[in-house]
Amino acid sequence: MSLWIAIAAVAAGSFLIKGIGPAALGERELPKWSTGILALLAPTLLAALVVVEVLGRRWADFDATVLAGLAAAVAAYLLRAPMLLAVVAGVVTTALLRLALG
Amino acid sequence: MQAEPSPRRRFLDGVRVGTGLAAASFVLALTFGAAAQEQGWSVPATIVASVVIFSGSAQFALLAALAGGGATLPAIAAALLINGRFLPMGLALGPSLTGGRMRRALQGQAVVDASFVAAHTGHGRFDRYRLFGATVPQWPAWVAGTAIGAFAAPPGDLVHDLGLDVAFPAFFVLLLIGELRSARSGYLSAAVGAGVAALLLWWAPAGVALLAATVGALLGLRARPLSETSDQS
Repeated sequence: MSLWIAIAAVAAGSFLIKGIGPAALGERELPKWSTGILALLAPTLLAALVVVEVLGRRWADFDATVLAGLAAAVAAYLLRAPMLLAVVAGVVTTALLRLALG
Repeated sequence: MQAEPSPRRRFLDGVRVGTGLAAASFVLALTFGAAAQEQGWSVPATIVASVVIFSGSAQFALLAALAGGGATLPAIAAALLINGRFLPMGLALGPSLTGGRMRRALQGQAVVDASFVAAHTGHGRFDRYRLFGATVPQWPAWVAGTAIGAFAAPPGDLVHDLGLDVAFPAFFVLLLIGELRSARSGYLSAAVGAGVAALLLWWAPAGVALLAATVGALLGLRARPLSETSDQS
């Protein structure tokens, strides 16, 4: 039951988050002080999210083959591979390493 | 100035871009469907989550935060904080939309990360027809991928052997690189956020670690003189 509540709450919250900017602001521009902080939100969250996903609770999910896969994806992306291809490079790298390491 | 392409042409341009993105969404959705099954979500709940939330990052955050009996409220907060990035996106997009408040709010629902980028025409202006076109193929791909992942419920071993668990963090690392390219002042807050999250994970559930790391990093940076953080923007 609490799962359904969580799903509904996140859906409703996301609707509000996506809608409130266009609805409230309209044609006006943002105050300058807020844009600096808002601009930091995305990179901070993304970095924390990746860490949480890769390490897991008590770092129990830590897996060197995942780090190698992420490194491969980043390398491919920096070499101007499209995003999807870079992700595939990461997935394949991790799969091959796991195969090789048994 | 050249004559502007018709709305129909711009929409179809968006659909073309969105079809490639839909392929990526589909793979990511497969892993979400499979991962949710592994954590004991019911098939209907898994699919409905993709239908109504339609946000990979928020859904994975919810999944991660609820894992191992995590509390509901911090999990909701973590997922919504993740989607908090759509707030500045919506603010940036606002002037490019049309109509009354409700209409604008509804148009704002079309914002997903990749569509937002695809719709950017430069100088902070956005083409709403490209935005809608890019999002249209992604939603069915996201829902279909989730459903197949949930029904097929590939065993965790298979997902692990194929390295599919890397797809989600890899997408986010690449999104992070994109963010840092456009806002260099993000390096410090990203590093602080990552470090605090890594530390907190030792004691706290994922949702709490995520929340505290983000809020902590932002508050810490807020306390610095504004000139230091806003110079680059």
